[in-house]
Amino acid sequence: MNSFWAVFKREVKSYFTTPVAYVFLVVFLFFSGYLTFKQGFFEIRQADMYAFFTNMPLLFVFLVPATAMRLWAEERRVGSIELLLTLPITASQAVLGKFCAAWFFLAIALALTFPMVITVSYLGDPDVGLIITGYLGSLLMAGGFLAVGCFFSAVSKNQVISFVLSVVACGVLVFAGMPTTLNYLSTFSPAGLVAAVENMSFQGHFESIQKGVLKFEDLSYFVLLIIAWVTAGMIILEERKAS
Amino acid sequence: MISVRELRRNFGAIVAVDGVSFDVEKGQVLGFLGPNGAGKSTVMRILTCFLAPDSGTATICGYDILKKPIQVRRSLGYLAENVPAYDEMTVGGFLNFVCDVRQLFGKKRKQALDRIVPMCSIESVYHQTIETLSKGYRRRVGLAQALIHDPEVLILDEPTDGLDPNQKHEVRGLINKMAKDKCIIVSTHILEEVEAVCSRMIIISRGRILVDSTPEKLKQEHRCSLDEVFRKITKSKVA
Repeated sequence: MNSFWAVFKREVKSYFTTPVAYVFLVVFLFFSGYLTFKQGFFEIRQADMYAFFTNMPLLFVFLVPATAMRLWAEERRVGSIELLLTLPITASQAVLGKFCAAWFFLAIALALTFPMVITVSYLGDPDVGLIITGYLGSLLMAGGFLAVGCFFSAVSKNQVISFVLSVVACGVLVFAGMPTTLNYLSTFSPAGLVAAVENMSFQGHFESIQKGVLKFEDLSYFVLLIIAWVTAGMIILEERKAS
Repeated sequence: MISVRELRRNFGAIVAVDGVSFDVEKGQVLGFLGPNGAGKSTVMRILTCFLAPDSGTATICGYDILKKPIQVRRSLGYLAENVPAYDEMTVGGFLNFVCDVRQLFGKKRKQALDRIVPMCSIESVYHQTIETLSKGYRRRVGLAQALIHDPEVLILDEPTDGLDPNQKHEVRGLINKMAKDKCIIVSTHILEEVEAVCSRMIIISRGRILVDSTPEKLKQEHRCSLDEVFRKITKSKVA
């Protein structure tokens, strides 16, 4: 357990000692605000954060892989992985330590969007439950994207390659659930397949949490997705660490 | 303390380590020699549980590298060839991270740092980030990292590579000082270093052990300098 915390602490610190954290936070906070107001936050005339949360999948598709790409690719390129994995740390402690550190960082980024909550509360009387589930859904989704990004970061030594691969994978996971994709699919495939694709995607699960409905299937979808990708990351890392 | 049995490891079609066996006892400094690409680093990486062998095994301080990798890593200090470290960290931050992982807290950590920082003469760069260090300082930080928990077994992959003659002398002095109560493996291709620090030497080429002897014995047997012995052995037996 101590080794896990050591990795976690080091990783969180390293986000803030390099410009990565600041660049990420500025870009994320700017776009999360910009998109919300551009898409008619005032025109809707409702004191809720729907417009804010709807953009999260799109933002995360690009920004989460950007935080995840360095996790292992950097470590392998510089060779520090040989240090890390010859210290008394198991591969799972190392992978989980890094994953949780990056997730914690994303949680900080989400927490820093608090002015949005203040704005909405000032303008009206929002449903607090909805805001909380919205944040919970975003955090779970960030974890899902991060697990995908973490896996692809272990796949390649090159950060650009791991970034591109994880953007594509995350994109597929989001856009598979978009109505346009599903409509197109339903023109030639059986209903069962369309439903399966819809259920595999982030979109539906995220929307249902965001609407304030905490269903076991939605929560377990994200939890299983994270466990599966993180485990796959551990396996691939074990395989490729020395190459 | 180290016992290696029939280690084998291939990388694709390349045979890196081909049936290596040896034992090292406490108080010995084993020089691990061989031409580039002979398999020295691979053996070291297997012993530190970074790479898994294809077959064969080894025990370090009684722990099997395949069954108890965490205990093995706890009981050894390892300086890898390219001195991996986290460039964006300061020397102090980096050593504290290693202490975290090695579970040195409170008083023990303070003692360890007070001992190791002057020992590796890195006081002057303690607050500098690692990326700004010269090669020599970087290697000394790597050594400090390997020695911080006062391990029983030390595995050093080319510890004096890139150091100036004074620093080389210091590192060799350091190894000699620690030699009697530790078990040390040093890989190198600097033969004067072997004479300066090693009580025993193994020459390895193409993944096989060619010679396992002491520097004095080898010089007597061949009646020439170690340099010539090395050339004779690696050239004749490989060709």
